[in-house]
Amino acid sequence: MIRSTGDAFLHELNKDAETLRLSYGNSLGDKIIADIYKNAEQITKNVILIDNNKKNWTLKLDNYLTSKVFGYPFMLLVLGIILWITISGANIPSDILASALFGLQEVVSRGFLSLGAPAWLHGVLVLGVFNSVAWVVSVMLPPMAIFFPLFTLLEDLGYLPRVAFNLDNLFKKAKTCGKQSLTMCMGFGCNAAGVVACRIIDSPRERLIAILTNNFVPCNGRFPILIAIGTIFGVGALASQLQALAVTGIITGVIMIGVFVTFAVSWFLSRSVLKGEASSMVLELPPYRRPKIVSVVYRSIIDRTIFVLKRAVIVAAPAGGIIWIVANTYIGEISILNHLAGWLNPFAQTIGMDGYILLAFILGLPANEIVFPILIMSYISSGTMIELESLAELQMLFINHGWTWLTAANVMLFTLLHWPCGTTLITTRKETGSKKWTLAAFIIPTTVAFTVCFILTQTVRLLGLA
Amino acid sequence: MSFVPNAMPLSQLSIGSSCTIAEIGLNGLLRRRIQDLGIIPGTTVECLRRGPSGDPTAYVVRGTTIALRKEDAHLINVFPI
Repeated sequence: MIRSTGDAFLHELNKDAETLRLSYGNSLGDKIIADIYKNAEQITKNVILIDNNKKNWTLKLDNYLTSKVFGYPFMLLVLGIILWITISGANIPSDILASALFGLQEVVSRGFLSLGAPAWLHGVLVLGVFNSVAWVVSVMLPPMAIFFPLFTLLEDLGYLPRVAFNLDNLFKKAKTCGKQSLTMCMGFGCNAAGVVACRIIDSPRERLIAILTNNFVPCNGRFPILIAIGTIFGVGALASQLQALAVTGIITGVIMIGVFVTFAVSWFLSRSVLKGEASSMVLELPPYRRPKIVSVVYRSIIDRTIFVLKRAVIVAAPAGGIIWIVANTYIGEISILNHLAGWLNPFAQTIGMDGYILLAFILGLPANEIVFPILIMSYISSGTMIELESLAELQMLFINHGWTWLTAANVMLFTLLHWPCGTTLITTRKETGSKKWTLAAFIIPTTVAFTVCFILTQTVRLLGLA
Repeated sequence: MSFVPNAMPLSQLSIGSSCTIAEIGLNGLLRRRIQDLGIIPGTTVECLRRGPSGDPTAYVVRGTTIALRKEDAHLINVFPI
């Protein structure tokens, strides 16, 4: 009560101050500012020594990094290199973690059985909870532990503002702000973080567009799905040295599709529900700095990797248990999971997927990280139990369930374009303060994902390609 | 925006040349942002480079590089040096 009257009073006071200021035009404020700067200039003249060497470095680098010829190709190259290092570097630790964790699962499993634990307890805790957590950790940890430090390095170097500088003209054409490229970069790590980062955009209209489209950048929870499916179906036949390169190509392509959709949706929003002109943009281009490697590694591992992993595990553990129950509780002859999947199946088929895949995406709403474990668990529970320690076995599982290259393409596109995760939606609600826009943040990507997959599937089937 | 003799818009400054600010014809939040960065009448500004597709343009102000869009720079009047 006291606070709200205080707020109201402050609001009144601000309004009075504003009218007073406006009645003087800009002249009073200008005089104050000129005076402050005169003082500041005097002080800097006396105490600051300027190092011209550092400045030259920045100038020379920018001659290339923001040039007409190299500006755009270099951005693509940087993205490609980061993805390539992540993909080729994550392979081996992923395999090691997987065999270690699934080996441990067997030991725990045997322990449970020798203690005479009931089958349902073993199922929920080992096959449900442990299995999901093992999946999330082994699939997500290695790419994150590589991707986040590399990205933080880029941030520390001062390259990201150059990306905004290079891309601003495209955003201006979509009548949005160039700083949206910065929020998109944050989205690579986590879309919820990307949505929060949209605060750097001054115009409320442009900020809202940036929030609504942030989801079209694949976050770290979705990267592993893209990498795994890209590896299995895109390049399975290639020699192993070429695989990482080819997967990099595929993932870069998928990201480019996401960027294109971001522009297209932003363009559309600026000309429909969020009509308006491009407002101003002031962007600072700080000098390049030598990154502090130790602090980069520390910050990206502790602040980001562990944080995101913790969140994923917290969601994955109970979700794994629940999914196991749903997959192993029978109504009549068929489990609840199979009932649901069967019910979704006709619809899912029109967009080139099956009921299990769509169900996994729906159940994965709390966090995208668990989509893959859910899918694998539901496939396994509906068929024979197999050990899944390598991608080759995963490929067999998918192919046994009728996957083609079209299924893989659709799952990748759906992963890229579908609704944001629960955390991102909650963050959107907080940032926009509006239920309506939160709903829009859900409906827009969902519509885009279904439309794109539907058109692709129907076209390919019509042409008889799959 | 009032007329200042001999002045031209900042957006027309060619790359590599410098100017001093004559008048800031912007209003509202952007005017504040611009002033916060130290762009006030009398400040020296150098045009550094344009973005790969011709816009925005980077200017050096008080040792800092700041990028502005053509539309915004158009409303700042300067005296070329």
